[in-house]
Amino acid sequence: MAARKVVPGTGVGLAAGEIEEMTDASTRAFSSRGDAPLALPKRPFSFGRWFAATGWRHIVGVVMVVFSLFPIVFVVSSSLNPNGTLTGSNALFSKIGLDSYVRILSDPQVPFSTWFANTMIIAGTTAVCTVFLGALAAYSFSRMRFTGRRFGLISIVVVQMFPQLLAVVAIFLLMSTIGDLFPAIGLNTHLGLIMVYLGGALGVNTYLMYGFFNTVPASIDEAAKIDGAGHARIFFTIILRLVAPILAVVALLSFIASVNEFVVASVLLIDTDKQTLAVGLTKLVSNPRYADWSAFSAGAVMSALPVVALFLFLQKYIVGGLTAGAVK
Amino acid sequence: MSIATEDVREDEPPTPTKQTKQQRRAAGIAEQASGGIKMLLVKLLALGLVDALALYAVFVLALHEQWAVLVIVAAVTALVNWIYFSRRKLPAKYLTPGVIFLVVFQVFVLLYTGYIAFTNYGTGHNGSKEQAVSSLMASSLERVEDSPAYGVTVVERAGELGLLVTDPEGDALVGTNEEPLTEASGAEFDGDVAVSADGWNTLQFADVLERTDEVTALAVPASDDPNDGAIRTPDGSTGYLYVSTLEYDEAAGTMTDLTTGTVYSDTGVGAFTADGGEQLLPGWQITVGFDNFVRAVTDTRLAGPLLYVTAWTFAFALISVASTFFLGLFLAIVFNDMRMRGRKIYRVLMILPYAIPSFLSALVWAGMMNESFGFINQVLLGGASIPWLTDPLLAKVSILIVNLWLGFPYMFLVCMGALQSIPDDIQEAAKVDGAKPWAIFRLIKLPLLLVTVAPLLIASFAFNFNNFNTIYMLTDGGPRDSNAPIPVGFTDILITMVYKVAFTGQTRDYGLASAYSIIIFIVVAVISIIAFRRTKSLEELN
Repeated sequence: MAARKVVPGTGVGLAAGEIEEMTDASTRAFSSRGDAPLALPKRPFSFGRWFAATGWRHIVGVVMVVFSLFPIVFVVSSSLNPNGTLTGSNALFSKIGLDSYVRILSDPQVPFSTWFANTMIIAGTTAVCTVFLGALAAYSFSRMRFTGRRFGLISIVVVQMFPQLLAVVAIFLLMSTIGDLFPAIGLNTHLGLIMVYLGGALGVNTYLMYGFFNTVPASIDEAAKIDGAGHARIFFTIILRLVAPILAVVALLSFIASVNEFVVASVLLIDTDKQTLAVGLTKLVSNPRYADWSAFSAGAVMSALPVVALFLFLQKYIVGGLTAGAVK
Repeated sequence: MSIATEDVREDEPPTPTKQTKQQRRAAGIAEQASGGIKMLLVKLLALGLVDALALYAVFVLALHEQWAVLVIVAAVTALVNWIYFSRRKLPAKYLTPGVIFLVVFQVFVLLYTGYIAFTNYGTGHNGSKEQAVSSLMASSLERVEDSPAYGVTVVERAGELGLLVTDPEGDALVGTNEEPLTEASGAEFDGDVAVSADGWNTLQFADVLERTDEVTALAVPASDDPNDGAIRTPDGSTGYLYVSTLEYDEAAGTMTDLTTGTVYSDTGVGAFTADGGEQLLPGWQITVGFDNFVRAVTDTRLAGPLLYVTAWTFAFALISVASTFFLGLFLAIVFNDMRMRGRKIYRVLMILPYAIPSFLSALVWAGMMNESFGFINQVLLGGASIPWLTDPLLAKVSILIVNLWLGFPYMFLVCMGALQSIPDDIQEAAKVDGAKPWAIFRLIKLPLLLVTVAPLLIASFAFNFNNFNTIYMLTDGGPRDSNAPIPVGFTDILITMVYKVAFTGQTRDYGLASAYSIIIFIVVAVISIIAFRRTKSLEELN
């Protein structure tokens, strides 16, 4: 929330993963080299002591892993179930087949692949533009001193307290008016939705980047300036390369946020084949009793996979970013 | 890390205001010399594109006579050009693109919400009074018994259909749904009937057939006075005069139903109202002052839902933050022991709920919690029929459980990071002084942890206060409260109520929905002011 919080928070968070890895490695190395031969013969394995020290922690871990995973196991199992209904999905892994995947990809009533493409296009474009707009603003806040700078920073913090979905009625009316004049960017267009999402670009993301930009020493800029580089060259060729990790984090967080966004997307996108996954899949199972549950599960698994993969891939950086910015 | 930041601050160049004129000019020249021809080309290209789009927008706006918007678009474009061609205004060059989007799609829409909250905007109150009059007249058109047959040709201009009418005197007139009939210039006749006119394309017979629905829906007003009726054509070749069963008296501002003789007058409620309170809809949009707010808190059927929805919103946000935080903290402590093996695997498996898009998780949970077919009742509880999502109280518990599932990994990660950043020597010092583990945790670790985590808890509260997805995907706010006149349920939070009042159900009430939005706005503002005061985080900004 605060500048001080963000700067060390980001750093600490990013470093924390590494520190943890190092300590992990060192303790392991230590115990295998030093401790094991010395300690083991003297102190025979005692279940009680092991349980008091770390054993109970494993019980907590197993309980929590079961709690975390059982909905995921359920949805994977029902996506492999060729039967359609919710009841049929209850016997986990009783039947295995890819019928549901085929069904949801080929059903003309449910344009899943179109929804998927729409979501990727909208979320991807929003993520790239958010990073660009946010980085521009963060650079000026971090490197330049101008009147209204403090006011600008405070507004960014304050505005992020009021999410766009509060104004969904006004957004709908604004976009339908724009659509009457310029159909290409009005209601029921992807471009219009992306533009609305970009209204939130200068928010928490800029704030995160601002903190990270501050950790890049200004002497680098000055050296480049002395060598004859202009502000644009410094920004595009030097600074942006140095802050690449935070750009990745912001892009991913923005991507996930757009994939998850339902309110504005459901109001602005009217035609079925313009809609995103969040809107389409929600309407698909609005009545779970009659819906083709296993086809939905197949769709859910396919929709979640890219996001989960990206998340786990960038996990180390995200943890740092989250500590700093509190998103989701 | 913070020390490094201080260094950066001190190294900052002095503020530009302190530079002399020569220095500034020198800086400008250096800046230009360094840019390179490629950069300049890109800049010119981008600006040219912006200007071209703006020019197009200005033309379209002029065509629709939107003068105020036109002036704003022109002014903003001029400002953008000035900023990017000026040698100074460096910060503005970096801030302008983001700020434009921020102002239009975040600041403006919030202000606009404030305006809508003071209007009766919604189903039946969508446009201006003129639109309401013409739409009422159009919807009550009836063919005049002895109407002469008019020769009619269907014509088109810029995609809009119109009728080229030849009246019994042999004059050619042309008009559309919006424009009353006027003398057609340069009309050519085929026999008695005009078949083409300047500025209009004549539709071929095949096109008329293809667009039959549009053609038969055409009602071209005979004159500016709506009481004169309109020309309609059932087949695209012959037209008849239709007059409305309603008569509009512009001077008195009344509508008279000619069949029943009822007089409807404009009583200031945004619709023509008869003495008995009966309204002709559609009406029109008016500002109603604080009506929506007064209605929300004094109408007993609305005040009840507003009260329990607000209470549940607070309870939901607070309990969600507390439960996820304590579970996350507990897990962080449990897994913060270096001796434990396999901590990484546990960690990855436990953050999976956080990695999955939350709308999907909520939908899956909704399926699992289904009363008669769901996994939890059927398999885990061996065929029980617990109404997880349909009982008012139990649905709230279910939502909290699901939100705990969705949110604990985040708190776990945050607490883990915060715990690891607490230096070990503090703990060792306390141990040497004879402190027990519980005392170390309660008196040393927890306060230090809260310093880092407190702003995140506030942010998490603000997020959950508007956590639309969890509620909407899981219960859709249900079970529905059948006493309320608006589609509201027992697990609705404020933001889902706004959505439902505005966009679901038979009638959409944008005014009331915006009034609810303003209430959320005020609540969030008060909370953030208190939070910012307490944490002094805004003062630290520099």
